[in-house]
Amino acid sequence: MILLKLFITFFKIGMFSFGGGYAMLPLIQLQVVEINNWLSKKEFIDIVAVSQVTPGPIAINSATYIGYKIGGVIGAVISTIGVCLPSVIIMFILLKFVIRFKNNNFIEDIFKFLRPTVLGLILAAAMIIFQESVLGFKEFLIFLFVFVLSLKYKLDPILLTLLSGILGYLIFT
Amino acid sequence: MKSFELFKTFFKIGAFTLGGGYAMLPLIEKEVVEKKGWIDEEEFLDLVALAQASPGPIAVNTAVFVGYRLMGIKGVLVSTLGSILPSFFIILIIASYFTEMKSSYIIERIFMGIRPAVAGMVLASVFRMGRNVILNFKKLVFVIVISISVWMYKITPIYIILLSILLGLYINFKRGKLI
Repeated sequence: MILLKLFITFFKIGMFSFGGGYAMLPLIQLQVVEINNWLSKKEFIDIVAVSQVTPGPIAINSATYIGYKIGGVIGAVISTIGVCLPSVIIMFILLKFVIRFKNNNFIEDIFKFLRPTVLGLILAAAMIIFQESVLGFKEFLIFLFVFVLSLKYKLDPILLTLLSGILGYLIFT
Repeated sequence: MKSFELFKTFFKIGAFTLGGGYAMLPLIEKEVVEKKGWIDEEEFLDLVALAQASPGPIAVNTAVFVGYRLMGIKGVLVSTLGSILPSFFIILIIASYFTEMKSSYIIERIFMGIRPAVAGMVLASVFRMGRNVILNFKKLVFVIVISISVWMYKITPIYIILLSILLGLYINFKRGKLI
């Protein structure tokens, strides 16, 4: 019964969280802290902190963590599937629709607008991350260094991530 | 063999996406567009548009798109699984070994280096993609207006996506050219 509850709750979270990442936080908090009392407010804040230093989307991280705490490994699996399933289904339907009407000119016209729009959204994301992380001159140097290496020399993002992690460890004391 | 390649690529993307949804875009661009050539730059933007229009994490939505393009339903399963397994295992280990979830000072320092780097990589991605999209001055203004409305005025991306879909339909209806 608790497994079903986990599944339904995380399915709901996955279903109604648009925009990814931090946009999902209020919804997750409402469901797991206030409605179901699976976590205390403090535990929730801790999960957000841990999600920031582990790979993967915060929605999935909290689903896995809460699922495990409430229902063991099976709980973790069920919650994780629950939170991913709506995206998979809806994305799948959107994709089918786009492929089906690919040669219709209205899809082409829509994407003509969507491409610059999305570019603007990604630019906004870069600005927001910049604003939140570049708090001093050292941070700005890392930002500039990585930007140039990435744009001019096309260095691998994994390599750049590792490099900047080491740099951060060395220069922030 | 191809399904293993797909799994491996998305596992890698899942394992190295530190710093939230958009942080994975440069990595996807590198692995899926540049190295493998599974989709081109234009499709990559279409993919991000669809990923924004659909609920849920960008990571999962991207995996569904690329997986389906390459191998249909089977590809969706393989790539989605690949992208979520790294974080699944890491969180499982943290949840079972640490009673108190706390990040240490060392980890905090490492991430003080990674976060500005993510901003740099995402911005570099925008510049690279911009070369194919921003073909005239009107489009440049359009991109900047969109980004300021989200960055400064905190307008939720889904509304902007919906608005540009409506604009596209309107233009199609009028058969004119706005931008």
